[in-house]
Amino acid sequence: MTTADLIGKILQLLMGLAIFAVIVGLLIFFIDKAPKKGRDYWQLAGFLAPALILLAIGLVYPAFRTLGLSFVDKAGNFTFDHFIWAFTQPTAVRTLINTIIWVALVPTISTILGLAYAVFIDKSRGERIYKALVFMPMAISFVGAGIIWKFVYEYKSADREQIGLLNALVVAFGGDPVQWLQTDPINTFLLILVMIWIQTGFAMVVLSAAIKGIPTEQIEAAQLDGTNAWQRFRNVTVPGIRGSLVVVLTTISIATLKVFDIVRTMTAGNFNTSVIANEMYTQAFRASEVGRGSALAIILFVLVLPIVVYNVNVLRKQREIR
Amino acid sequence: MRSRVNRRLLAGVAAAGVAALALAGCTGDIADDDGDVDCAPYEQYGTFEGKSVTIGGTILDLEADRLVESWKDFQTCTGIKVTYQGTSEFEAQIAVLAEGGNAPDVGIIPQPGLLQRLAEGGWLVPASKAVEDNVDKFWSEDWKAYGTHDGVFYAAPLMASIKGYVWYSPSAFEEAGYEIPTTLDELKSLSEEIAATGAKPWCVGLESGEATGWPGTDWIEDFVLRMAGADVYDQWVTHEIPFNDPRIAEAFDAVGEYLKNDTMVNGGIGDVSTQISEAFQTAGLPILDGECWMHHQASFYETFWNPDGGDANTVAPDGTVWAFLLPPVDADDPQAVTGGGEFPVAFRDAEEVEAFRAYLSSDTWANNRVSLGGVISANKGLDPNVASSELLKQSIEILQDPDTTFRFDGSDLMPGAVGADSFWKGIVAWVGGQSTQSVLDTIEASWPSS
Repeated sequence: MTTADLIGKILQLLMGLAIFAVIVGLLIFFIDKAPKKGRDYWQLAGFLAPALILLAIGLVYPAFRTLGLSFVDKAGNFTFDHFIWAFTQPTAVRTLINTIIWVALVPTISTILGLAYAVFIDKSRGERIYKALVFMPMAISFVGAGIIWKFVYEYKSADREQIGLLNALVVAFGGDPVQWLQTDPINTFLLILVMIWIQTGFAMVVLSAAIKGIPTEQIEAAQLDGTNAWQRFRNVTVPGIRGSLVVVLTTISIATLKVFDIVRTMTAGNFNTSVIANEMYTQAFRASEVGRGSALAIILFVLVLPIVVYNVNVLRKQREIR
Repeated sequence: MRSRVNRRLLAGVAAAGVAALALAGCTGDIADDDGDVDCAPYEQYGTFEGKSVTIGGTILDLEADRLVESWKDFQTCTGIKVTYQGTSEFEAQIAVLAEGGNAPDVGIIPQPGLLQRLAEGGWLVPASKAVEDNVDKFWSEDWKAYGTHDGVFYAAPLMASIKGYVWYSPSAFEEAGYEIPTTLDELKSLSEEIAATGAKPWCVGLESGEATGWPGTDWIEDFVLRMAGADVYDQWVTHEIPFNDPRIAEAFDAVGEYLKNDTMVNGGIGDVSTQISEAFQTAGLPILDGECWMHHQASFYETFWNPDGGDANTVAPDGTVWAFLLPPVDADDPQAVTGGGEFPVAFRDAEEVEAFRAYLSSDTWANNRVSLGGVISANKGLDPNVASSELLKQSIEILQDPDTTFRFDGSDLMPGAVGADSFWKGIVAWVGGQSTQSVLDTIEASWPSS
């Protein structure tokens, strides 16, 4: 790349931004000048249309195309083979099982840990610092976290110097180093640990805010009734933050279903650690089996859908209560 | 007030200037010196003022710079502007780009299997007469076949690499009185002799990120080609015989006597299980410490012997390390080698594109590129003496020898679902203790039906 190329690229970028600003400006200008009659509809259409068009191009069309691809073979004929493959081939089935393990463990454990932490540090001195400590992993990208933990789990045979923290500890206590990431099934759980490490901070921050939103009168009333701390937590705090709990659980569940970066950077799906999102990419782009990749994408979509529907329902109910 | 605004503006401009300077530091401005170019070798391609050709591939960094350098004179003499863009995701993207009509004019395809798929999709432009003439003149039939689909010839080979080298320390062999084995049996008995002294003769590393397992596939391919012959090899990679054919199982078992044997591996690294966690880049290095005797890896491993840079470890028959080709079954058998290479396919039908491709398939280009260092080509018009190292020179001579049977790396020829997925995973499971039969059955089951 030469300096001229670079300047060209920067100019291109600036041009793009300028064009974007001009389009938005014109749009707002014309909507403002829309005829009085039915102005609301004009405004509605004017502001929604760009987003809807982009959604249609970037989301709706690819979704239908993926659905189509998952049902045709390479010659273009209709087939169920890709789904049969996904539910019968041992490696593909293992991928589905791993995904279920992930979804069963990550949301529950991170939410429980985050909630417990939020309750324990609530109103303590230095609460902000305690919060920041747990929240910090959230600021690290999944790829970054994956690389950090890959080093933690690094293996060298017993007679060589250990560079992985975990194995160094094992050796220091007289044990033999373990191939953490290569040993099935412990490797899947070690990858799950990384996700929990990241998501606990998220759960903690949201739940902590929710706990602070519980009216003090309720807590005091419970205290006057002679309840102990566990009873207050169980009967006042948890019902008070139910909405937030659902949001946290569902958000983490969806993130977990889609997990790709951690698996790809740490094991690339080898050693029986693959999950749907990773296998989807591997099949579609590395193995050139677009049909199989699409079928996995559809399966993933079907798994995420009920969680999203549930989440939307709960939010709607809450709004009605308010 | 006014002066403060100005100062702020000034600070902003200064910051932008600094940023621009910093970014300019990232660019590789090279002074253009057309100098005196001898245009005689390029006259046959004609002149195309104002035409340009875009080219894409997986080649990056230093290798990409050398590639661009190799057609500098061609650009000056013909007036065709050639723009190269490299990305490590090229193989994953090219089919998508071709389908969308956004492929570069020329794509450097490193896998014949991918070339076949692109040809099937109808996106490739057949090679012109000039390119085909060059290939008939400079390349063997084996090579031409890899650029052909359904009887139509699409692309000439570009560069090449040789797999199946066994790296060793000449001085250590001499001290111990070991001879270079000339047959697979001799290799076996040499390994057993070394193992009897308590040392582990082989060091192996299969770890390679998402491609973990591939060095093992090279072992298998080498043994299939030598033990079962080129015909069975061809049938194996095209699925005319199943993956779990008994002859393939035989080759697996022969390799297993090394890779699944605790007395044979893993020298200087640990036991059999350490193969899957040892990176292929560092796996041969225990040879330098005298903890390992032999390491099976392609010719490109030459650049890995000085992991910290410098040139303390030399690659030569009298240097720190040297390599012999994995021997045939019989000492009298002709050399059979596996290897790799690239094919520049065309996505746009235009005279300037074909002129450029004709140049890439010529002996002029091969000599230009190889003399810049680091790579070889199987082009018979190539002078081995322009190679940048002893090993590359020897590799060129092996490739140019008319008696040499050359076969492309099998996993690059198989469909991606096998060659870039289940074969790799199968090797990992197999080294991890699964039986040959069950691994072969699993790979066979993963072979796509259409």
